[in-house]
Amino acid sequence: MPSAVSATAEAPIALAIKELHKSFGNLHVLKGVDLQAKRGDVVAIIGGSGSGKSTLLRCINLLENPSEGEIAIDGEKIRLKRVGSDLQAADKKQLQRLRSRLGMVFQNFNLWQHMTLLQNLTEIPMQVLKISRAEATSTAEILLERVGLADKRDVYPAFLSGGQQQRAAIARALAIQPSLMLFDEPTSALDPELVGEVLKVIADLAEEGRTMVLVTHEMQFAREVASHVVFLHQGVVEEEGPPAQLFDNPRSERLKQFISTVR
Amino acid sequence: MELLSEWQSNLALLALSPPGWGGNLLRGLLHSLEIALGGYSLGLIIGIAGACGKLYGGPITRDLLATYTTCVRAIPELVLILLLYYAGTDAVNQLLTWMGRPTIDISGLAAGIFVIAAVQGAYATEVIRGAIKSVPVGQLEAARAYGMSGFQCLRRVTLPAMLPFAIPGLANLWLIATKDTALLAVVGFSELTLETRQAAGSTKHYLLFYCAAGVLYLLVTLVSQVLIRFIEKHARRGLPQQG
Repeated sequence: MPSAVSATAEAPIALAIKELHKSFGNLHVLKGVDLQAKRGDVVAIIGGSGSGKSTLLRCINLLENPSEGEIAIDGEKIRLKRVGSDLQAADKKQLQRLRSRLGMVFQNFNLWQHMTLLQNLTEIPMQVLKISRAEATSTAEILLERVGLADKRDVYPAFLSGGQQQRAAIARALAIQPSLMLFDEPTSALDPELVGEVLKVIADLAEEGRTMVLVTHEMQFAREVASHVVFLHQGVVEEEGPPAQLFDNPRSERLKQFISTVR
Repeated sequence: MELLSEWQSNLALLALSPPGWGGNLLRGLLHSLEIALGGYSLGLIIGIAGACGKLYGGPITRDLLATYTTCVRAIPELVLILLLYYAGTDAVNQLLTWMGRPTIDISGLAAGIFVIAAVQGAYATEVIRGAIKSVPVGQLEAARAYGMSGFQCLRRVTLPAMLPFAIPGLANLWLIATKDTALLAVVGFSELTLETRQAAGSTKHYLLFYCAAGVLYLLVTLVSQVLIRFIEKHARRGLPQQG
């Protein structure tokens, strides 16, 4: 069966997660998850609430410290050391460098409220990547134009709709020229009529071959844009594969049940 | 007629050059403002460091800071000023003697700034700590997720984002600082209140001079309020509703 994954089999590996565990106290949220994304892949992580999908995504850039396991970005393993029951970055400089290549988009946008849209977009390029103001500004203007917010460059985020804020947040992620984009339920906090405009931007990015990992509740969307779908259930990968296979011929009982409830 | 000429001779007492005492009062005001500004600025630095220590520090740092803020806020400021001024100067000199160095005279200005800063720092610590906790966690999470260092997060995100929540409290502290300088009169520092007392005592025109001092303190507050309103407006630029 032809699938996007086999089509990009030659591509280098952008993200590799091995045997990832995460516990919050006695709560074992992730129980040994493996995940791989090759360059150009769009990996959608689906699953019920409490399945650990957001935790898994947040472990990739160590916003959550995993309890066990390995993470590698573009073949470079994040150096970890054990502190208590969790693993923390052993090398802060390495973590900061790797993080600055990961464009994360949050459920609640998390734009910096005291900065205009333009400043939100130039902040990381200038402060972390040490790019000149002129260059950062011209890139930011192109990106705002691209997400349809060119006229809002000097507006503060709180004066915009959720959809506009999330599009700006996506532009902020693009401004660092990320090697991998992480989307954490990007449309869950939006009013229904604003979901479409954000999904369209994400679909365009998928189209142009961006590598992304996407946690989402939008099954139809996952089916359309993902090259690979991972179904997470109670902290383990219950089933994974190309979207057509997962959605049309689910093998596991739990996935069948999940698909029938979200439809 | 007699009343009018009495008024005129009274006003002459406020003239800027001797025999008027106006120049002395203004010099006192200048000293008060120097101490207030110096003490407040240093207090803000202590407050930022204290708030960070309380929020992100280890258990020992937190305990030490809790002791500092509790003691300073529990003890009357007059007692603190006497304690820090006399005992503080004494301690520095004993330390110098112990190190085999000659003792020094600590200037009233430096001691005054230090005393006000120690008091202001304790209150500012609590104001800033509360303000930092009001910043939505997502703002900091985004900064960390994009590779900012701890210091960059503080400077670029935490501090500017907490400012709108801190300004009402910090503005209060500034107004208190300008008036706390009056307490330094007890240690003989010639700020506005002491200058006023000397002028009033020498001329026996108590009402006139204390009213004049009151007007000067009021002017400081009025000017401050204009500046504070301006700063607050700037700090709240990203927040839609004026709180």
